Amino acid sequence: MSNLIDLVNHDYYEASARDRIAGILDPGSFHEFLGAENRTISPHLAQFNLTGAFDDGLIVGAGRLEGQPVYVAAQEGRFMGGAFGEIHGAKLVGLLRAAAANGARKGIKAVLLLLDTGGVRLQEANAGELSISEAVHGIVEARLAGVPVIALVGGRSGAFGGGGIVTAFCSRIIVSDHGRIGVSGPEVIETNKGVEEFDAKDKGLVWRVTGGRTRAMMGGADCFVRDRIKDFRAAAIAQIGAAAPFTLATLVAEQKRLAARLQSYGDCRDAPEIWRIAGIADPASIAEVSEEAFASLPRLKEAAHDAR
Amino acid sequence: MTLDEVLASLFPAGNTVQRGSHGVVSGTGKIEGHADVAVIGIVDGTPLSVDGALVLAGHVLDLVSKGGGGTLMVLVDTSSQNMARRDELLGLNEFLAHLSKSLTLAAAEGLYTIGVLYGHAAAGAFISTALSTQILVALPGAFPSVMDLPSISRVTKLPLETLSDLAKSTPIFAPGLEPLFATGAVTEKWELATLQSQLKAVLARRPSGFADERDSIGLQRKGRLEARAIAQRVIDEAASHA
Repeated sequence: MSNLIDLVNHDYYEASARDRIAGILDPGSFHEFLGAENRTISPHLAQFNLTGAFDDGLIVGAGRLEGQPVYVAAQEGRFMGGAFGEIHGAKLVGLLRAAAANGARKGIKAVLLLLDTGGVRLQEANAGELSISEAVHGIVEARLAGVPVIALVGGRSGAFGGGGIVTAFCSRIIVSDHGRIGVSGPEVIETNKGVEEFDAKDKGLVWRVTGGRTRAMMGGADCFVRDRIKDFRAAAIAQIGAAAPFTLATLVAEQKRLAARLQSYGDCRDAPEIWRIAGIADPASIAEVSEEAFASLPRLKEAAHDAR
Repeated sequence: MTLDEVLASLFPAGNTVQRGSHGVVSGTGKIEGHADVAVIGIVDGTPLSVDGALVLAGHVLDLVSKGGGGTLMVLVDTSSQNMARRDELLGLNEFLAHLSKSLTLAAAEGLYTIGVLYGHAAAGAFISTALSTQILVALPGAFPSVMDLPSISRVTKLPLETLSDLAKSTPIFAPGLEPLFATGAVTEKWELATLQSQLKAVLARRPSGFADERDSIGLQRKGRLEARAIAQRVIDEAASHA
C-alpha cells in the first residue's frame, strides 16, 4: 500500500509502523536490519495460543533524513499493543548498541524511536522488562557516544509502562494530541486503587492526565505537532540539533526542572488546576482548541529547557 | 528482612543510614578493610512516587558531583511505582527515568553501583531502582516481579492454574527470584551465613567498563535464549551497512 497513498500528508495515528518510517525518512532511503525474511518470531507466544509476527512488532534499520544518515526503530502498535517481548526488545537494544559502537564513525546523526507501546508484553514479562532496562542503558550509551536519541509518540498505544520510561531517557520528545505518555495506565490504576482515584472510562480525564497536550505544556515533551507524518518529520529534523548531551550538568538541570514542577504543581490532580496556577486565562480551553491553535500557545515556563 | 536486619547484616562495623521522607533512606555503611560505601534506598515496601524518585536522584547526583568514584549501594524494598492520578499527571515517567538516568550516569562516571534487593520490586519501580545498577544482589526474601500472576491471567485470558503450570517450565514470564535470576536480571543470590564473604568478593570485583552483560548472563543460565543473539545480529547488520 505504501506507494499508493500520499504518506507525507497521511495521519500519523492511523499509519502502520512501516508507513510511518517510509513517510518520515527521505523517500526510498530505508534499509531494514533483520528484516521480516529472517522470520524472527517470538518463541513464547505459541504456548499462549497466539500467532507471532515475522518482525515481532518492531522494525529497525538505517535511512536518511534530509540527506543525513539516521537509525530508526518503529513499534507496530497493532501487534500485541506494541509491547516489548524478548525479540522485539533485543532488536531495539541491538540498534542502540550499534549507534553507540559505530554511530559517530558512520556519521549517524540520530536514532529515531517511533514508540507505540503499552509497555511490557506480559506473556514474556521478564524478558520484556529486562529488554527495557537494556534499551535505556543503550540510549545512554548512544548519547554518551554523541548520537542523540529522539522519541516520536503519536500512536494508538502511546508510550506506557516501561515505554514511558524509555521516552523520558531520550534526548528530545516529539508528541501529537494522540501521544499519551505515562507509566501506570488508567485501567491499571482504577483496578488497583478504585474508580474514585482514576475513572478510566472518563476519556476527557484520561487525555487531560496523560495526553500529548498536557505533556507538551508541562515539559514532558519538547515539541507538539499536528497528527501528520510530515509534521513529525519536520519536527524530527528540527529537534536533532536541540538535543542536550548526557552529562552531569544536564541531569542536575533536570533535577532542578522536576523539583520546580513539584514545587509549583505538586498538589494538582487534574490538568486545568495546573493551567490555573500557571495563569492561563481559560484553563478549560487547553483541551478544546484546534491542534494548530494549541501548537501556537505559549507553554509553561518550566517547559522550555534542554534538561533531559 | 527488615531494614535494620539488612543494615546489621551488611555493615556489622556500623552505618549512618537514616530514614528520610517518602520511604527513602540515605547514609554510609562501614566495611572492615574497605572504604565506606554510600547507601541510598527505597524501603518498607513504599511505592516509588514522584517525590521519592526525585529525592533519591538528588542523592545520586550529589555523589557524582563529589567525584572520586567509590561505591554506591542501593537498597530496594518497594512495591511498584505509586499508582495515582496525581503522580501520572505530574509526569511519573520522567521522574522514574531521571532516577534511572542518574544511577546510569553514576556508573558511567566511575561509581560502582550495587543494587541490594531484599523485598519486593515490581514494574516501573523495579526498572528505575534495582535494574539500574551494575550488579544486582538478592537477599533472602527478595521478590522481584514485573506483574503478578492474577494480573497476567486477566490480560492473557488464561486461567491462573494454566499459568502456574506454564511457569514451572519457563522463566520467561513468572514473578519471583528464580525466574528473574535465570533471565539475567539478578546477578547474585546471597545467603545470610555467607553474606560478608560474598559482599567482599563483589566489592573486589569492580567492573572495568560500562557494558551491559545481562543478556549474556541470561543465555548462560538458559533463562533468556534469544536476546543476546538477536541484538548481535542487528549490530552486525548495522556494522556492514554502508
